[in-house]
Amino acid sequence: AKLHLKKIKKKRENFRSYFLYPSQQQQEEIATKKLRLTKPSKSAALHIDLCKATSPADALQYLLQFARKPVEAESVEGVVRILLEHYYKENDPSVRLKIASLLGLLSKTTGFSPDCIMDDAINILQNEKSHQVLAQLLDTLLAIGTKLPENQAIQMRLVDVACKHLTDTSHGVRNKCLQLLGNLGSLEKTVTKDAEGLATRDVQKIIGDYFSDQDPRVRTAAIKAMLQLHERGLKLHQTIYNQACKLLSDDYEQVRSAAVQLIWVVSQLYPESIVPIPSSNEEIRLVDDAFGKICHMVSDGSWVVRVQAAKLLGSMEQVSSHFLEQTLDKKLMSDLRRKRTAHERAKELYSSGEFSSGRKWGDDAPKEEVDTGAVNLIESGACGAFVHGLEDEMYEVRIAAVEALCMLAQSSPSFAEKCLDFLVDMFNDEIEEVRLQSIHTMRKISNNITLREDQLDTVLAVLEDSSRDIREALHELLCCTNVSTKEGIHLALVELLKNLTKYPTDRDSIWKCLKFLGSRHPTLVLPLVPELLSTHPFFDTAEPDMDDPAYIAVLVLIFNAAKTCPTMPALFSDHTFRHYAYLRDSLSHLVPALRLPGRKLVSSAVSSTIISQEDPSQQFLQQSLERVYSLQHLDPQGAQELLEFTIRDLQRLGELQSELAGVADFSATYLRCQLLLIKALQEKLWNVAAPLYLKQSDLASAAAKQIMEETYKMEFMYSGVENKQVVIIHHMRLQAKALQLIVTARTTRGCGMFLSKMYFITDLPHLQDSFVDKLLDLMPRLMTSKPAEVVKILQTMLRQSAFLHLPLPEQIHKASATIIEPAGESDNPLRFTSGLVVSLDVDATLEHVQDPQNTVKVQVLYPDGQAQMIHPKPADFRNPGPGRHRLITQVYLSHTAWTEPCQVEVRLLLSYNSSARIPKCPWMEGGEVSPQVETSIEGTIPFSKPVKVYIMPKPARR
Amino acid sequence: RYSTGFGRFRWLAEGGAGQDVGRSCILVSIAGKNVMLDCGMHMGFNDDRRFPDFSYITQNGRLTDFLDCVIISHFHLDHCGALPYFSEMVGYDGPIYMTHPTQAICPILLEDYRKIAVDKKGEANFFTSQMIKDCMKKVVAVHLHQTVQVDDELEIKAYYAGHVLGAAMFQIKVGSESVVYTGDYNMTPDRHLGAAWIDKCRPNLLITESTYATTIRDSKRCRERDFLKKVHETVERGGKVLIPVFALGRAQELCILLETFWERMNLKVPIYFSTGLTEKANHYYKLFIPWTNQKIRKTFVQRNMFEFKHIKAFDRAFADNPGPMVVFATPGMLHAGQSLQIFRKWAGNEKNMVIMPGYCVQGTVGHKILSGQRKLEMEGRQVLEVKMQVEYMSFSAHADAKGIMQLVGQAEPESVLLVHGEAKKMEFLKQKIEQELRVSCYMPANGETVTLPTSLSIPVGISLGLLKREMAQGLLPEAKKPRLLHGTLIMKDSNFRLVSSEQALKELGLAEHQLRFTCRVHLHDTRKEQETALRVYSHLKSILKDHCVQHLPDGSVTVESILIQAAAPSEDPGTKVLLVSWTYQDEELGSFLTSLLKKGLPQAPS
Repeated sequence: AKLHLKKIKKKRENFRSYFLYPSQQQQEEIATKKLRLTKPSKSAALHIDLCKATSPADALQYLLQFARKPVEAESVEGVVRILLEHYYKENDPSVRLKIASLLGLLSKTTGFSPDCIMDDAINILQNEKSHQVLAQLLDTLLAIGTKLPENQAIQMRLVDVACKHLTDTSHGVRNKCLQLLGNLGSLEKTVTKDAEGLATRDVQKIIGDYFSDQDPRVRTAAIKAMLQLHERGLKLHQTIYNQACKLLSDDYEQVRSAAVQLIWVVSQLYPESIVPIPSSNEEIRLVDDAFGKICHMVSDGSWVVRVQAAKLLGSMEQVSSHFLEQTLDKKLMSDLRRKRTAHERAKELYSSGEFSSGRKWGDDAPKEEVDTGAVNLIESGACGAFVHGLEDEMYEVRIAAVEALCMLAQSSPSFAEKCLDFLVDMFNDEIEEVRLQSIHTMRKISNNITLREDQLDTVLAVLEDSSRDIREALHELLCCTNVSTKEGIHLALVELLKNLTKYPTDRDSIWKCLKFLGSRHPTLVLPLVPELLSTHPFFDTAEPDMDDPAYIAVLVLIFNAAKTCPTMPALFSDHTFRHYAYLRDSLSHLVPALRLPGRKLVSSAVSSTIISQEDPSQQFLQQSLERVYSLQHLDPQGAQELLEFTIRDLQRLGELQSELAGVADFSATYLRCQLLLIKALQEKLWNVAAPLYLKQSDLASAAAKQIMEETYKMEFMYSGVENKQVVIIHHMRLQAKALQLIVTARTTRGCGMFLSKMYFITDLPHLQDSFVDKLLDLMPRLMTSKPAEVVKILQTMLRQSAFLHLPLPEQIHKASATIIEPAGESDNPLRFTSGLVVSLDVDATLEHVQDPQNTVKVQVLYPDGQAQMIHPKPADFRNPGPGRHRLITQVYLSHTAWTEPCQVEVRLLLSYNSSARIPKCPWMEGGEVSPQVETSIEGTIPFSKPVKVYIMPKPARR
Repeated sequence: RYSTGFGRFRWLAEGGAGQDVGRSCILVSIAGKNVMLDCGMHMGFNDDRRFPDFSYITQNGRLTDFLDCVIISHFHLDHCGALPYFSEMVGYDGPIYMTHPTQAICPILLEDYRKIAVDKKGEANFFTSQMIKDCMKKVVAVHLHQTVQVDDELEIKAYYAGHVLGAAMFQIKVGSESVVYTGDYNMTPDRHLGAAWIDKCRPNLLITESTYATTIRDSKRCRERDFLKKVHETVERGGKVLIPVFALGRAQELCILLETFWERMNLKVPIYFSTGLTEKANHYYKLFIPWTNQKIRKTFVQRNMFEFKHIKAFDRAFADNPGPMVVFATPGMLHAGQSLQIFRKWAGNEKNMVIMPGYCVQGTVGHKILSGQRKLEMEGRQVLEVKMQVEYMSFSAHADAKGIMQLVGQAEPESVLLVHGEAKKMEFLKQKIEQELRVSCYMPANGETVTLPTSLSIPVGISLGLLKREMAQGLLPEAKKPRLLHGTLIMKDSNFRLVSSEQALKELGLAEHQLRFTCRVHLHDTRKEQETALRVYSHLKSILKDHCVQHLPDGSVTVESILIQAAAPSEDPGTKVLLVSWTYQDEELGSFLTSLLKKGLPQAPS
């Protein structure tokens, strides 16, 4: 353990020993001595056990028991010796197998260098007869080899051993040998000095020879080994390509699957090489050829291979557009005559101006004759690969195909345009996942495309889907879709309104969708305005109901379009202006500031200054923070004042500038902590005797408590907090704890609690003049002195310690949550029979929450003070965009009977666990922290406004 | 080995003339075993031509003695309709193999057909209900991928074929020879069934249907979408939708399609299907979930997709109900029955719609309205004006040309035999298969016999010791390269074994004879024998680098076990004679050495 501590300063080391082992220093010495005594005993016990074993089954049992407990790095070698000794004596292969596997496990122990056991391992390998044990020993050697990546000589030797056993008759041994070669085969051809005796081998060629092994498992292992070589950075030869292509027609699916991967790898390495097309004189680029071959695998017999192939297609971006577009092409014919696909027909109909005609009998009648010679039923190339992939029986293949389509479309706009029809078709897939995936895909490529009206029609039809996820994904898609005509916009609006009437809960999502739709297509909305607002040139029409969500939806569309279309407001009627003013106020996030005639252009001025003043506000933030650092030199009164108005400034800044809100809040919180600390220390009660003090200690202890809370908030509620900030926050918390100690110590006795809690202090780097620095200096004295003295020392230290500068992180966002549902407006209580449960749908959006699956909880507070915490399922969280999450879950409520309805509070909590951060400390590295620690909750921070729900548990009827 | 194709009566109707449902019946003789594949009937005839001519199989003698088994691929009548006639009236008592769903549904269809033929048309000389029952008693049901031993040598195995519930492809195997018969199959999945799949079984012959030999079909999705959109729009307008279907197959596919759509879109408009056969069939679909597609199989745990939530049984009175509805009614061609009744009621309203999901025979109402007639003459000189919209939507469950090629590619047969198709179209496919897959292809006419020679492979057992010894000698054997191996072939009790010669000698109780070849090679060399030997040694050493060449103290040279001695014949001092001697085992090396030495030694460096 001392090894890890070398870098840490002496006093820090001492300090840690106090806290980790709260006993005296001498005791530690004794402990290490004890350790040394127990070292041989571990192996000795094993030795005794193994000698006691009368039968192989017994020995196996002992070994199994032994394997359950971890072995310290120091005693590994001893144990290994014992095991080896026993190995030589053992006749039973199963025991030898277990020993071999134990050797492998032991050599993985951290802090143990396994080169000492390699000779023995190789030695026993040579005399081993059992194939299974042999394979296990090779596995052990692999573990040893991977543990010593720097040692060239050992690697060479192991490769040599592997080559020797490659001719073994058992597939298991050959498998392991190939694995060994793949993992350890040398990358450089140059022979290093210490390995001169051994000739370097061409690992690639050796592995390549096993591509034609008789056992499919060995063939697979050979390909995998080759891929492993590639992963380790060895450049594969191009000659492998032809070998791999042959494997594509292998009888076994795992071989084909691996071969597809290998072909993909080679195609990425040598995209521009030229390969001949068999049985013709032509030549094509390797990446095109590989693309064609992988496309062919999309119609393989095994779905595993199909998934693999479809996935890989997506990442072949260098392929020529000619080949790429073939993947969507399937030449149709009927009775030997050329037929147009439904897509082509739809396009034609559209371009001829006749949209959506009914299908007639013979509408799809085939046209011209097909030249029988020219039809190619089995294409060598990429023809129709995606058509097949998207029609596949297994939804895994279809999803993979959609993903691949997405990736390829992102890199090629022309392809994106072509694949649209197919993606739109996928919106009607029978599996929801596939539908969702294709909608997401469409959204991702929406920059490259413009939807035709007939396509839009199909897209919009999905708005009626009963699945909320699908509808919301579709709204997101519509947000960033380009529509080509005003009819398209109209259609979209009509369908969205239909959606709104059918599913009123989609209100917000639809409004948001229309906001973007409007701002993207101002010129298309313009001609629709009179119709949408139902204005009439001569007559005044009735004023629409302002509370109608559909009317609001229309207005959102129009106002957003009007933002960039100055002629639009001329078409508005009087009440529209009034409604604008109302909506601008109530739904400011949906309705932009407009340049309206006869109104002040306040809002537009603001919008223009935002851009120019961005730097000044940043500057302002910096300046006010810097100002605070002169705090040290001020008298307490002045410091308090300075802090107070800086906090106020920061808060105001955060409100004004949403992009600086995170930083401003974060620093304001920190300053508030400091302010509280100063105030608490400022109390003039410190010198008063304890009994008198007791009454008025409230302020100080409350301050300490609040500082603690705030520091937890700072640590866990902000995303983007780095280690250096965490350190400062911890420091602040330490001070708060010291304060708490002082307060409590004056009344009660004992400070052991404080000290033992403070072990995270070692995490803090050296901070000049800080509290911790002083604390470390005085630690020896603290340990020996009496509680009263400790309190005194701490008190003075607290007073003297300097205010630490908080470095600002680059990106910081405060986590926030809004509960959309329950809205808390309903006056109708939720009635249920007492003792039974009622489910409450909770729908909330979370912003900037890291790992919400583990941290976000729902809390229900009953009027009697009973609180219930609910852990939502991981599947309840959706991730609609970066930094955003959506929680849609059900909360079960239950209570005993009430006489009248009452409100329960529902709110969201952010749970935290500060020990989860501990493994970051250097001296804990490699130490095993059980996952249990990470999931346990230390405390929670409420981070959403509570919502009140009216419930009424009725007594059960008898 | 030969295959007999007979009774391949099937005219197909894709787009026009000659629509008929054919009968399918193929006889295969494989390694002395006779198997009948399918036993279909022809729906177009009402006389003897309806059933295959079974007298063709055996002129005299019982069918049971001649046929080893009968295999039925699926329950369509053109594949199983003649079964009771064949087994009960002609007389066959052997086993009949079919899958479980086929076994369940087949008698319902047969009974239904019998009712129409006998009760309605009053035909005589037809099989009775009892005969159907007796026939079904002879059926042996098989599971997918289950290898069934028909007898000691003949085994069959079923593969999934899509097409209709329970349709299967069968592999028939005797020894090392095998045939795969596809029946009807579908290579693209639909809403209720998956796609056909076969492993790389490399049969000698693949017998495949070729209904759509010259068609490459568009993706199913467009058609489905169109169908749903039309139904949805009509219903939203308040119109009624009539979908005439046949009881089994497509009816269920469309039901699933509409059911899931209703579920997805949260629609409340009622859907009905006509009672009777469809109801019964739906019951069987509920039972045979493992035979359906991925989606239905996966969601089965929560809910059986065939337990329709939105689709209810139809009652005659419902047709007059106001408001929108969707009705599936039989029969599919609008020629009689419920579908026609409903059609007459609804035809006058332009809000309504009729969707024909399949092909219609000429002369039926279905065909007339599809070809655009708006005024129909009904019975009793009534004229019915059709105002409702007429839509056509083709949902077919056969593999298209690409699908056929794909299946052939998957199975990798030695040769392909096309059945079920028009000669002209099959010609095209045949040409393609031969060109692109380089597989020989046949397309026999009705009653024509095709004989295929197969290369007979005889399994020979090899002793492990010999194999290991050979393996140890050289590098690993390469999977696809032939390799030379020395051993003795013993034929005993009609099995073959390859053993090492020592073991063979031991087994047969024979003594080993040494066989040695000797050869004299004359060399022109004036030097002494020892020197000659030395020169020979250095020459051989330089050439035969891989072999062990030694110079023994007695002056002779050895190469492996070959001995070379130099002698000087007394008569001519200018020539030396080299005696080369080798054993039979080293024949190869020995003859190489003599030919080498005969070329003479290189001139000694001076």
